[in-house]
This record gives sequence, C-alpha cells and structure tokens, in this order.
Amino acid sequence: MKSVVTAVKGIIRFYHEGFTTMSWWGKRVWIIILIKLFVIFIILKLFFFRDFLNEKYGSDEQKSEYVRDQLINSN
Amino acid sequence: MFENVDLALVNWSRAQFALTAIYHWLFVPLTLGLSFIIAMMETIYVRTGNEGWKRITKFWMTLFGINFAIGVATGIILEFEFGTNWSNYSWFVGDIFGAPLAIEGILAFFLESTFVAVMFFGWNKVSKRFHLASTWLVAVGANLSALWILVANGWMQNPTGMVFNPDTARNEMVSFWEVLFNEVAVSKFLHTISSGFLVGSMFVVGISAWYLLQKREYFLAKRSILVAGIFGLLASFLVAYTGDSSARTLAKVQPVKFAAFEALYQGKQQAGLVALGILRDSGKKIGDKEVNDFAFRIEIPGFLSVMTGGDRDTFVPGIYDLVNGNSSHGLMPVAEKMERGKKARDLLIEFKESKKNSDDQRAESIAATFRDKKFNDEYFRYFGYASLEKPEDVIPGVKVSFYSFHIMVMLGFYFILVFALALYYLYKGTLANNKWFLWVALCSILLPYVAGELGWVLAEMGRQPWIIQDLMPVNTAVSQISSGSVITTFVLFAVLFTVLLITEVSIMIRQIKMGPKH
Repeated sequence: MKSVVTAVKGIIRFYHEGFTTMSWWGKRVWIIILIKLFVIFIILKLFFFRDFLNEKYGSDEQKSEYVRDQLINSN
Repeated sequence: MFENVDLALVNWSRAQFALTAIYHWLFVPLTLGLSFIIAMMETIYVRTGNEGWKRITKFWMTLFGINFAIGVATGIILEFEFGTNWSNYSWFVGDIFGAPLAIEGILAFFLESTFVAVMFFGWNKVSKRFHLASTWLVAVGANLSALWILVANGWMQNPTGMVFNPDTARNEMVSFWEVLFNEVAVSKFLHTISSGFLVGSMFVVGISAWYLLQKREYFLAKRSILVAGIFGLLASFLVAYTGDSSARTLAKVQPVKFAAFEALYQGKQQAGLVALGILRDSGKKIGDKEVNDFAFRIEIPGFLSVMTGGDRDTFVPGIYDLVNGNSSHGLMPVAEKMERGKKARDLLIEFKESKKNSDDQRAESIAATFRDKKFNDEYFRYFGYASLEKPEDVIPGVKVSFYSFHIMVMLGFYFILVFALALYYLYKGTLANNKWFLWVALCSILLPYVAGELGWVLAEMGRQPWIIQDLMPVNTAVSQISSGSVITTFVLFAVLFTVLLITEVSIMIRQIKMGPKH
C-alpha cells in the first residue's frame, strides 16, 4: 500500500514539475488545447452537434424502426 | 439522381465532412512520420552518448509537440458529424465502426496521457532507456492509432465480416479478424502510414535545407537530412509498393473506381497505363454522365493489365463493361444488381409487415435468410443498388479521380528523386553549396501533404455514390436535418480550423527561427 502511495505521489510530482517548468511554446499550446476542447465539446457538441436519432427517439426499437423505414423508402 | 432527397443537404453534409477530414489530415501525417524520425534520432543519442544528437532530438520533438497539440481532438469532430449529419449510416454500421473507433480512442488516451508526457517532461527525470522506450511507444502507438481508423474506413470501402440484422436495422460483426484483416484496410494502412513517413521526412529535410540556406545550424541540418533522407527514401519506395498493391486490391473490390482513375471506358486485354494525360469531353454520354477521352496521353503499353492481373493478357474492365455488364468476362450489369438489391429490400419490407402483423414465425424466418451466406452473396451485397435510380449512377467523377490519382503518383516519383539527391549531395559534401537544391527541398515541404490529400480525394470521391460500398449510397445515409444548420457548422469549422492552422504555423515558424537551444 505504501509503495502504491509513493508511486502515485511520484507521478503527481512528475506531472506537476513538468507543467510548472514548461517552455513558452508548451504553455501556449496548452492554452490552445484548452480553448479548442472547450469549443469542440461545449459549444459545438452541445449547440450544434446533437445526436439526431437520440434527439428524436427514446428507445433503440424506435431508432431501428426509423432507420429501417429510411432504408426501405430511400428511393 | 435520388429524386426524393434534398441534394443541397447531401452536398453540404459531404462538403462539411470533406472540409473537416482534409484539415484533420493536415495534422495527422506529420505526427505519424516525425514521431519515428525523432525515435531514430534519440536512439542514436542513447547509443553514442553524443549531446549534439540530444539537442537535435529535442528540437524536432518541440515541432512534433506543437503539431501534436494543435491537431489533437480535431478528429473527434468527424465522429460528431456521424451522429448528427449521417445518423442513418451510423446506425446501419452498428458496432463494426464503433469497435475500432473505441479501441483507437482508448489507445490514444493512454498513449497521450502517459508516454507523450514522459517524452516532454521526462528528460533527466527518467532513465535514458525508459525515455527512449517512451518515444518509440509514442511513434508505434500513433501509427497503431491510425490502424483502427483505417480499419473502419477499409470496411466502408469493402464491407466484410458482418451480417445484417433486419430487426435492429444494423450490421453485426461476426468476424473481428475479417474486419481487421480486410484486404483494403491492410493495404490502406500501409500506404497511409508510409505517406505520413514521407510528410515527416520532407518536413525535416525542408527545414534543415532552410538552415543551410541561412548558413546556420550545420550540425543539426546535415545530421537531420541524413536520418530523414534515408527514412524518406525508404518511405518513398514503400509508398510506391503499397500504392501498387492498393491499386491491385481496388481493381478487385472497387473496379469502377479503378476504371475511373485510369479513365478507362472500354475494357480490354493488354491495357496500357496512362503515365500522363489530359482529359476532354468526348461529346458522348452514358445516360446523363459525360464520357471523357484524351486530348493527350503518354501510355505504358500493357502495364495496366500487368498491374491488375500479373500478365499482359489480363482483361481490365472499363466503365462501359461495369455499367452495362460483360457476360464473356463474367461482369454483371448494374441493372441486374439493382434488381437483386430490390429483392433484398423487398424482404426487408416483408419483415416489417410481419412484425407489424405479429407474425413472429415469418419474421424469424426472414431474419434467418439475412444471416444466410448464399442470400448475402447473391442479394444482400447489392442492397444499396435498390436505392439507385439509373445504372450510370454508379459512375464517380472521372476527371477528379483521374487527376487526383495521376498527380499523386507523379509526386510520389518526385519524392524519390528529392530524397535521393539530398543523400547524394550530402555524401559528396556539396549539399550546403547547392542553393538551387536547398530551395527545391524547402519548397517541397508542402507537396507530400498535397499528395496525401489527393489520395483521400481519390479514395472517397472515387467511390461515389457509396458511403458503404454497394450497401448504402450517401443519399440514404444522410440525416434529415436542415441544410441551413449544416452550412452554419461548415462555416464554423472553416473558421476554427483555419485559426488552428495559422496558430500552428506561426508558433512553428517562431520556434524554427529560434532554432535549437545551444
């Protein structure tokens, strides 16, 4: 148990030191990553990219029925 | 072509997917190639103990890090688009697409959160060998990550290892190994990663050439050109070899695409390979599709037949043969495939009626038919043809296929020449004085990107109208949403990706101008 705690502490220290001693380009790309993830997962996913079938239908049976109809009536 | 479908919606959805995929593919190949080059450089450092190699490794690692960070998660948007714009497709493919993408996601997460961190934070904190192992694992992991994406794409080009369940309206995987070792996926994976190696190599050679033009960083530039030149030359040969095997596979599983990228209308034995050509409208038509002929061409006699079947007497079918059929060569007309597809669809309609009338026995019997191999081979494999209106709908854009293929191939030969010359001048000790060649190398940085994007244009546009070869056309796959919302997100993506690209290029240029730390 003690060795696991030591290992976890070591990993945390490793990441902490890595982030705190990061070069200018490292800090800059991390800012870009965070902004990008915010735009992708919050703005785009929540407001623009709702799952079409999940929005329209509650159950898998309904989704299956809808897609089957689309396949049947596609022309 | 599909009279009940909103073509504006389909075209905007396709344009949006193309835009995101093209931008995403600007970031990925450099990661694939540069990661291996860095791993090789670090290996030399660990083996020799020469601090100069450590400096070289750290410099290219910085540029790798910038590209990796800006590109990360841009592929997620493609997955969003599947759920929103291509929901029928997403449902229809079932877990076949989900499984490889899930493996890729898990692999990427663990890779990025552990070994990439060791690569950047671990200098002087972990042992040299552990650091080196992490760098190699990032390179191998990034390329394996690409494998799963290409397995998913390979299945779309050549669906295999599944059965269709009419009850869920989904395809279900019956053989993971058939999906994984799908011949299209294997050749596509090797061709794609080797093209990434080319991108990475040309990037290193080009930037090193710039340092030589600036008369600085001689140690870094010459050694970098040595490593990237050898790797790039080998990758160029691998690209040519895998491209050839990829074309052979296409001739078998996507013969219309194959005929389109050679603009071959009349099938023949001793078919020649067009090395260089310019197309023009012939004034003839197949249905409403224009037929092209050559205003000019240079052809290698008999080579297309050799490429396809191993000898000059191999019959290579043309677009006419594939659309109208050719009984002497066992080619079924598209009209017949449409009839077979309609029979499979009629059975699906009957299944729906049986469920509605609670006739479970009949429904189960139909479900068993969909699992039957003979029915799959003779009818269900043509399921998508039921949605076509006319046989000529299977013909993709011939001009776009022809030019994207031929420009890509010409660039492939050009890369062999550039890497060979770089190594030759380096060996002769005249590289730094060869200004014209250094400029050529610098200006060539973007060309492997062009070749890679053209490869994807050929792969995806050359197989239209299919989103899943022979099973589902794009028009059936698209979600019934407003085209206005797709246009809005198209513009959003164009802005977002352009900002990301400009940011990446500007940070990289600043870092390159600064050069390695002394």
